[in-house]
Amino acid sequence: MKHKLMIGVLFVLFGMSSLWAQTEPVEADSAVVDSTELYPAPVSHLRATDKPNDHGHAIVVEWETSADDGGGKNNVVLYQVFRSMSFDGPFDSVGTAPAGEGRFEDIGSKDRSSSSFIPDDTDLFYQIDAVTADPAIRTPSDILDPVQSSGQWFNTGRVPVLVAVLIFGLLTGIFVTSAKRGRELYVRPIGGIEAVDDAIGRATEMGRPILYVLGLGTAADVATIASFTILSRVAKRVAEYQTELIVPTYDPIVMSVAQEVVKSSYFDAGRPEDYKEECVFFVTQSQFAYVAAVNGIMLREFPATNVYMGKFYAESLLLAETGSLAGSIQISGTDEIAQIPFFIVACDYTLIGEELYAASAYLGREPKLLGSLKAQDWAKAAVVVLAIVGLVAANFGWLEFPTLFRVID
Amino acid sequence: MNRSTYIVAAVVVLLFALSWVLHTLAMSGEADGVTRAFMVTMAAFLTLAIYSFLYKDNAFYKLAEHLYVGVSAAYWMCQGFWSTIVGNLIPRLSEGASNFFQQPYQASSWNVAYWIPVILGIMLLMRLTKNYGWMSRWPLALIVGTTAGLNFVRYLRSDFIVQVSSTFVPLLGDKELHPWLGFGAFVSNLDLSATGQLAALATNWVVFLGVICGIVYFFFSKEHTGVFGRASRVGIWILMITFGASFGYTVMGRISLLVGRITFLFRDWLGLIS
Repeated sequence: MKHKLMIGVLFVLFGMSSLWAQTEPVEADSAVVDSTELYPAPVSHLRATDKPNDHGHAIVVEWETSADDGGGKNNVVLYQVFRSMSFDGPFDSVGTAPAGEGRFEDIGSKDRSSSSFIPDDTDLFYQIDAVTADPAIRTPSDILDPVQSSGQWFNTGRVPVLVAVLIFGLLTGIFVTSAKRGRELYVRPIGGIEAVDDAIGRATEMGRPILYVLGLGTAADVATIASFTILSRVAKRVAEYQTELIVPTYDPIVMSVAQEVVKSSYFDAGRPEDYKEECVFFVTQSQFAYVAAVNGIMLREFPATNVYMGKFYAESLLLAETGSLAGSIQISGTDEIAQIPFFIVACDYTLIGEELYAASAYLGREPKLLGSLKAQDWAKAAVVVLAIVGLVAANFGWLEFPTLFRVID
Repeated sequence: MNRSTYIVAAVVVLLFALSWVLHTLAMSGEADGVTRAFMVTMAAFLTLAIYSFLYKDNAFYKLAEHLYVGVSAAYWMCQGFWSTIVGNLIPRLSEGASNFFQQPYQASSWNVAYWIPVILGIMLLMRLTKNYGWMSRWPLALIVGTTAGLNFVRYLRSDFIVQVSSTFVPLLGDKELHPWLGFGAFVSNLDLSATGQLAALATNWVVFLGVICGIVYFFFSKEHTGVFGRASRVGIWILMITFGASFGYTVMGRISLLVGRITFLFRDWLGLIS
């Protein structure tokens, strides 16, 4: 019995010792995993530079991805970028980059009161953490040497735009000078604009007003500027024929400019006393309320001619359809591609896109406008030539030529 | 106004009142039931008043029109004043004025440049005076000139440079998707699907010829006769086909707006559909 008991105790002791012997290495293993195997390798070759071609307040940070990103333990899920104004910190997180990415643009605000403000010409320190799925398991990089952001006066990525501006400016200068010296610059007749004079004559004969709608654009939109020139011509004829003109406007600034334009035209026509400021008036800056008001004018005043020139949006068909129902002659022009179809179906004459700009030059006959129109034509010819050359180059694999037209922001 | 107009007006007012009462009864359990019933009835009345324009100009349309114009003009004026002048400008200019309008003063944003729009705005208002009206032309010139100049560069980029580079398309097939292996291979492997080589080639040719002919149409320095005239005709055809597609697409969008209004009338107002 004693032997059996001793043998049993020995078994128990042996078993416990073997259990202890097994447990210890397991603890040792888990300690190794925590300290070395779970933590990813840090990023390397960290570098930070000022972001080129910008207004400052931005730094580009680049690095070589961790050895455990896409290989090794393959446990990196993202990189967290930290920035500080001092080597000793504190470091603030400024963003993250996904695994596999070795670049981050730290674009700050230039507004001092903003929380994301990055001061120019000030030392900035960066550090990148390689982060695993467990955010607590991460490996920071070394802290980078200081870097400073600064703004550049010239964006080299936009050289193609500069070249185009210079060429176009040069062409415009040449043609304007040429027109000023009295050279006759031919502009082909444009159907819609030829009809304006007839329409004004019709309104005079019928004793009804002319409704001129400048659209919903601002005074700085090219289409609205072109429309002012056409309005000037229409107002001059209206003054000469002593017809009534109605110009409801959507934008207060457009109203102010339109009043000046119409007033000048009445002066040019030698009838300043006939000018009534209330013929150009502000309606509202709500799109469909403006439409409702103009539609009401069409059905109550029965204008003989409706002219829609400028920038139009969803209201184009509502206006043109009502004008058509009222029996008015309608002439329209806009550079809003989506609205041109509505004008085409509901108006008698439509100026398509650039014809609107050309019409202002055609009517005005001013050297500056004619010169710029000629320059535009040359630019279009250049587009045709460049498109053909570029097409040939692209099809034959000469990729240097297409890259000349690459604009980088 | 004749007698029939008064009768129609009276009937409409009665219907409006009846609708309001019925909706109020239907919403009797809700806290703001009376107000909501009034709003739904008013919205339905204004919708129908605007639609009555399809028949002819009438007093109800005029009422809706004047209400709409008046409310919107006043709304946008208030919006402009409170969001732009009070919300944006005054907190950056003056602590006293910010306190007056109960806006937090932004001392760190103070910049002398913010006085420039104030001065230009005052100059613009000078047109209301007889002797100093000429001053309003200066801010107008600045607005028009500055924005036109900025737009010039933008348009030159988007309408010129990008347009040119977008025309560099592979006319004989993309090297990766549809490499050109000769006419024989093209015919023997002819694929008529929308993603096939034939469709890709046709698209690229249409883009190229469409751009060239479209530009020719907008060439104003030369009479459109001969070859030039024929290219111009092709250009206008391409434009018209594009406009036709655009027209159909937009009309579909407008129909959805109509459906939205009809849904409001039949569901929210009449309760005929769930």
